[in-house]
Formats: sequence, structure tokens, C-alpha cells
Amino acid sequence: MSEALTGDGVYAPSDGVVAREIEGEVVIVPLKAGIGDLEDELYSLNETGRAVWRLLDGGRTLDGVVETLAAEYDAPRDEVERDVRGLLEELLRRGIARAVV
Amino acid sequence: MSPPDSAYAVRGGPDTLWARGGPLLTTLDVELTERCDNRCVHCCINLPRQDRRARARELTTARLLAVLEEAAGLGALAVRFTGGEPLLRPDFAEIYVHARELGMRVVLFTNARGITEATASLLADIPPREPVEVTVYGMRRESYEAVTRAPGSYAQFRRGVDLLRAHAVPLVVKGTLLPETLAELDEFERWAAAISADGGQAGYVHYLDLRHRRDSPAADRRIATLRLTPEASLGVLAREGHLAAKLRADWLPQVAAPTDLLFTCGIGHRPCLDAYGVLQPCLSLRHPGATYDLAAGSLRDALGTVFPRLRSLRATGPDYLRRCARCFLAGVCEQCPAKSWAEHGTLDTPVDYLCEVTQAKARVIGWLAPGELPWEVVDWKERIA
Repeated sequence: MSEALTGDGVYAPSDGVVAREIEGEVVIVPLKAGIGDLEDELYSLNETGRAVWRLLDGGRTLDGVVETLAAEYDAPRDEVERDVRGLLEELLRRGIARAVV
Repeated sequence: MSPPDSAYAVRGGPDTLWARGGPLLTTLDVELTERCDNRCVHCCINLPRQDRRARARELTTARLLAVLEEAAGLGALAVRFTGGEPLLRPDFAEIYVHARELGMRVVLFTNARGITEATASLLADIPPREPVEVTVYGMRRESYEAVTRAPGSYAQFRRGVDLLRAHAVPLVVKGTLLPETLAELDEFERWAAAISADGGQAGYVHYLDLRHRRDSPAADRRIATLRLTPEASLGVLAREGHLAAKLRADWLPQVAAPTDLLFTCGIGHRPCLDAYGVLQPCLSLRHPGATYDLAAGSLRDALGTVFPRLRSLRATGPDYLRRCARCFLAGVCEQCPAKSWAEHGTLDTPVDYLCEVTQAKARVIGWLAPGELPWEVVDWKERIA
């Protein structure tokens, strides 16, 4: 899956999920049939996941997301990129996110 | 299934996600209508399908959607639509989709008669994420319609179930133990095993409630005659084998020291909105002193302020204090304030039928000797050890 991710790719939440912030947690609930393997469970993002999710707005490139987070958290770019790609791969695999371009 | 956790996300049910105590509300029950297209002989709530007065009082679509939004805002991730028959509402699809778009899982209680091609397609395209729960009143037209007293209802129910299955909508079926259905249990369970999403474990309503609104003494008298005797109920439970061991395993975690506190169930954590906008602390409890009119307030107020007060209420009924408040089986007995209200019009009067059922089970386990009364047992801790 990682080969499919490109730095100039743009990603967004899938139309088939609903994301809600409850008690400080982002909870993702599948809405339509055929979304990944989320048949039985809800999906809750940790702090890293929430930070990435917030920026998956269908407007920024993957590189843009990485740079924004690296600056925001004053963290090494390669470390942030690893986290962003890791989460994005998982979200795409489960059908929670989609590639816009 | 994939591994449940990653470095970035965790999976869990609505009651297990929260690291910091969780939201004020996780699940809301909503009674969309009290009207039903069946006229079941044993029903504790149904009104006629054509009841214009009831229909006129029911919440509007807009009000229902607003309550769902408020519930979602408080954190609710699941809603259960029940009735009456929820599919009688012409706006069911709109209400259902709204709940799903709010990120809620939906449990739908239905008799399946109103499942149409369009409804089944909707449930397939936007899955409820919980199996549809279909109540079954018999395996044949004669037995089914002897319970529902609605000609044609059996064929419509079967068609509804067939449509759900054709659209691969997960469902579970629940039976009601009535004189008409006892002879069909084996057949029902084989069928349930073949079609149910949960591996085929058939569920039953064992102990019939009297009318929750105390609105028909005649219906109450009829329901009382339909209740299984404690012995008959044990006979049904014993069909699975190992009855004493199973009862003991089920009961042990629930046995607690006797108390005169009325509510030992955590009342109010799973409220129920009735068809007219009154919030009940649970699905069954309709005592006017325990409910909350949402038209005059908010879900937050009910859940944060009003319902918690119920948890400190203590019994005052002399019979309750003499029996239930001293009974080591109170934690496993079906008796509760809601049942007491339906049966006697108070929150704290023992329901003899439920008491007899509980005592019969305790004798099977060996916790009670024949003729012994549980509220007179002093050495109960030794007995359950």
C-alpha cells in the first residue's frame, strides 16, 4: 500500500464514514456498506491519529500535512512522515479515507 | 478481521471506548410509536394501528431528529428504535438515516410486517451496524395469528424476514413463550439457527409484563393467564441442559447484600424517549414521578440532574421492606420498580409472580430448601460460596 501513497497526493475522509468528536476523542463510524472491515466496532483515533485526521481535508497534499504537523509539533520531518503514512495506509485500507487526486 | 489496534487507532464498542469516564449518554432508546399493526394477546404497550389520538400526540419528525441530535451531542453512539411497531411511522426512513448520519448504530425492534423492498434496500445500503431484531409469535399461521390477532400478519412477517435475508441484512429473531408457541420451540430454534446473525442462539421473552401504562385491567387479567408457571419456565430453560450450573454462573456475579435502595440497576444510564416526548429512565418505567418531559427541559438536564436523584430513593412499602429489602436474591430477581409500577401502581410492592420464579430457580441451584423463604435466610453468603 505504501507504494500508492505519493507526497503530492491529496486525501480526504471517505463519504461512507461519519467522524464525531466526543469527549475529546475522534470516533469514526462506518455509514455505508462495504467500508473496510469495520463490521462490528467503532474506530477511535489516538492523539497522533486525531492530528492527522484533522488535516485530511481534501485540500492539502500528503507532504503538506507532514510539513504542517512537523512545524506544529516541532518534530523531525521523517518521523512525522512515517506516522502520517502509517495512519493513511490504514485508513485507505479500511475504506475510511480516499484519495482525492 | 485485522488486528484490533494500531499505533494510531483503537477499536471498541460504544461502552468501552472512553479513557476518561465516557460521555453522559451512550445509548438512547426511542419508542417511535405505541401503535402496532398486531394486536398481540400478551403485549404490554401496543395501541391500535389506527389510533388517531395516539398518532396526533406522537412527536413530529423534526422534533425526533432534534432529540437525536441532542443525544449525539451528549455522546450517544447507538440508538434503539422500538414501539409499538416503529415501521408504522411513515418517516421511519428519514429518522433512521438521520441517526446513522449522526454516527449512531441502530438497533431496530420490529415484527417485520412492514419491511418492504425499499426498507430492506435501505438497511442493506446504510447498514444499522447491529442486527435487526425480529420478534416472532409462531412458526405457523395458526399459532402466529392466534397471538397477533391480525389476519394476514404471518404472511407479511415471513415476507419481511425473506426480504431482509435477500438483502443480506443481519437479523436475530426473538420468541415469546406463550401457550400457543411452546409446542414449536424446537422448530423455532432450528429456524433461528439457520437465519440469525448471532450464531443462532434464539432469545425468548420469558416473563410477561402487565400493561406498562396501567391502561387496561382487562388486558392485565388476560396477560396474567398467559404467563408461564415457574415450573414451565424452568422446563424451557432446562432444555439446554446443565440448568443448575448455568443459573448459578449467571447469578453469582449479581448477588449482592440486601438493601432498601429502590434502584440497584444504575437507573437512568440508558433512558427511553417515549412516543410523545417524555423521557423515561429506562424502557419500562413510566411512573410519572420518575419521568421527565423533554418539552420542558433537555436530555442533559434529565441525565445529569434529574435521573441521578432516583438512585438514592429508598423503599417505604411495608411488604417490600419485609421481603425484597431483606432478600439475598433481590439482585437476580426480575422484580424492579418498573415491574412494580405496572403490576401494582407503586414503585415498591413485590411482584409475587416474579418472586415465585426467582425462588423456583434458587431451589434448582440449591440455594433454597423447599418451603424456605429467601428473605429469612441468614447464611446466604455461605450458601452461594
